[in-house]
Amino acid sequence: MIDFEFDEEQQLIRETVTSFAAERVRPAAREADETATVAESLVDAAWELGLIQGSVPEAYGGYASQAPSAVTGALIAEGLAEGDLAIALHLLSPRLVVDPVLVLGTEQQKQDLLPAYLGERFVPGSAAVLEPHINFHFTRMRTTARRDGGGWVLDGDKCMVPLAKAAPWIVVYAADDSGALAAFVVPSGTPGLEIGEREKMLGLHALELYSIALRGCRVPDSARLPGDAAKLLRRARVAQSAMAVGVAKATLDYAIGYAKERDVFGVKVGQKQAIAFMLADMATETDAARLLNWEAAWNLDQGNEAAREVALAHRYCADMVMTVTDNGLQVLGGHGFIRDHPSEMWVRNGRGFATFEGIASI
Amino acid sequence: MDFSLSKAAQGRIAMARMAAESLMRPISRQYDEEEHTDPWDFFNTMWEASKANAEATSLGGKKSGDKKVSENTLLACMQIEELAWGDAGLYLSIPNPGLGGAAVQAVGTPEQKQRFLGSFYKGKPKWGAMAITEPHFGSDSKQVATTAVREGDEWVLNGTKIFCTAGHRALNESDGFVVVWATLDRSKGRAAIKSFIVPAGTPGVTVTRLEDKMGIRASDTVTITLDNARIPADNILGTAEIVEKGSTGSFGGVMATFDSTRPIVAASGIGVARAALEVLTQVLAEQGIAIRYEAGPSEQTVLEREVMNMEAQLQAARLLTWKACNMMDRGQRNSREASMAKAKAGTVVTRVTQKCVELAGALGYSRKMMLEKWMRDAKITDIYEGTQQINQLIIARSILGYSSGELN
Ligand SMILES: Cc1cc2nc3c(=O)[nH]c(=O)nc-3n(C[C@H](O)[C@H](O)[C@H](O)COP(=O)(O)OP(=O)(O)OC[C@H]3O[C@@H](n4cnc5c(N)ncnc54)[C@H](O)[C@@H]3O)c2cc1C
Repeated sequence: MIDFEFDEEQQLIRETVTSFAAERVRPAAREADETATVAESLVDAAWELGLIQGSVPEAYGGYASQAPSAVTGALIAEGLAEGDLAIALHLLSPRLVVDPVLVLGTEQQKQDLLPAYLGERFVPGSAAVLEPHINFHFTRMRTTARRDGGGWVLDGDKCMVPLAKAAPWIVVYAADDSGALAAFVVPSGTPGLEIGEREKMLGLHALELYSIALRGCRVPDSARLPGDAAKLLRRARVAQSAMAVGVAKATLDYAIGYAKERDVFGVKVGQKQAIAFMLADMATETDAARLLNWEAAWNLDQGNEAAREVALAHRYCADMVMTVTDNGLQVLGGHGFIRDHPSEMWVRNGRGFATFEGIASI
Repeated sequence: MDFSLSKAAQGRIAMARMAAESLMRPISRQYDEEEHTDPWDFFNTMWEASKANAEATSLGGKKSGDKKVSENTLLACMQIEELAWGDAGLYLSIPNPGLGGAAVQAVGTPEQKQRFLGSFYKGKPKWGAMAITEPHFGSDSKQVATTAVREGDEWVLNGTKIFCTAGHRALNESDGFVVVWATLDRSKGRAAIKSFIVPAGTPGVTVTRLEDKMGIRASDTVTITLDNARIPADNILGTAEIVEKGSTGSFGGVMATFDSTRPIVAASGIGVARAALEVLTQVLAEQGIAIRYEAGPSEQTVLEREVMNMEAQLQAARLLTWKACNMMDRGQRNSREASMAKAKAGTVVTRVTQKCVELAGALGYSRKMMLEKWMRDAKITDIYEGTQQINQLIIARSILGYSSGELN
């Protein structure tokens, strides 16, 4: 039966994440953006919340009672991104490895890889999805995986690879000999995996992003996660879209607060219809995008392919967040353009959702 | 969280779909072209079905059981999306208590509910209607100038109501009723506005004009003149006291009716837009054009992008509508969400149906196809029961925490 209420577990997770985002993440956001780093203490505090551990079943050292849920993942992603997008991506990066292994990995791969992510402290994860050319789409990778004896040889260029320097493994996405999308768990230090310079972007300043080159990078057969890797990237899109909703929500609430304080022509600016209606539309669009994305997530949790639902929600959320962040700045007028306020940062971060691919996972 | 349709929902949709396909679509064009005529076969068939349904419900046969969460509002929306998919004008013409009934249901006493709704589905087809709008106002409903004066055991009503949906069929073609908004004292503003049940056959009540419209032409929209119209004293809905804000039976109480009816208006628009999008998709399929949801950015054609966008927009409107219903069914206050659904649907269905006409080219513009009609039918979604702007006002007040005095 159609119902939009959270269950008890979801409610609890949401409250935990939302208050952490408000109390710890948001206050750290501007400094993280200016200094291009995420504070170690924040990473440690977030690790204590168990957001990664809670998605891994007990059998592999976590404490999830069931398979990882895209809906729950979306709640976490939205909540943290409402605090700050770059920090959220950093904190949730272990999922870039954990989720693919849980969803597609063999028993052996799960045994080999998951415990490393469930220790005392945070271990960064990474995924190499995006490529530095126009017309990129995840179903049409230019990076190739060629069969070679008992293993695979990876060749191609990737960009916006999060935490590539620090992550012990990078999940590399490539087209195999048949053109199918495949995912490989590549250990750092593998010959032929060349990590380039840290990339500087319009937004996401606090997140370490790298370009990488794969030059005859040879991995054993056991590095390949069997099955359809497109499934993983659809899950990634849902996580990413949830973060877009989080950024939109942050912008909306900030703009509402401002509109109720700022005096213009003898009234509060929120009492002017041009602004009030803009806020009403922002609120409606944020809610609409969230529901659309939840539906896509729910479909994934049902085991459906959901290619259509994910594609529609992804596009919708990417468009929505651009409009909402832009209008959110507009509500503040010139002050929105000044870095004392977070609005301009949300515009820069929001602009990326139509571009990002695979930098978030559930 | 659950996005699956219950058995009850599937059943309701299937039934409505059958009526839409077999009873509405075949006569859809005819009653668009022949405005101000009555499809009696359709009325009678729908009436018999409603009667049977009402009997089954009163015998306890069709209760939704003892489920934890009700889905009554949700089921109504789903049903109406299907019926409007069949034909929005005919859907509005189905003999039922309509908006008038919703008002009685919301603020009527048990005795009034029994008197006007309890035996509604007896005898010949009947209609209920609601008359708020007057020549000098629409959105600003506190401007009601129609007066109600108590004389002995009666209320005496005077004034002119316009744009009353189903007013003609309620008053002239059946033993129906119209819920009329009138003021007890114009100087007292909102608090003095009350609603009154005016039965068909009341002397002094006349339908003086039938509007010619752009769309939903099968539905009648009329002017009603009240000239010393006398109704029994107990036909007032709620109290006759001029009470302050917030109490039941007050202006706010009647306005709360819209929390349940706005999602329904949204759903009816969504049905029309879905019809248009389905036909467009068929036209494209006949030309060998299929939508590739995961094609690369430069492989995807503009057409594909447009269709994907329309599908996403329509589903977004639908989910907002379902959300508003779900909240109502859970007994949660849903004014903001009801307005979000209505505002979003109003925009989306207008744009989608217009875009479908455009994308189908000359076919879309021709009356040989239904696309142009659906474009005409969809627009009303953004006007009645609160225009786009009025719903934006409600949403904005809600998120900003403003009263109607602070933001208007
Ligand atoms: C086919 C049809 C059926 C109808 N059925 C019924 C019915 O059954 N019963 C009934 O009582 N009425 C009915 N109506 C009337 C309908 O509800 C009104 O037309 C509607 O509420 C708008 O009022 P109006 O037309 O007077 O526009 P106005 O109120 O004059 O508005 C004109 C424009 O100004 C905008 N506007 C108004 N106030 C504000 C504001 N404060 N801020 C910003 N913008 C504003 C409006 O959005 C609109 O765009 C029907 C109308 C039609 C066309």
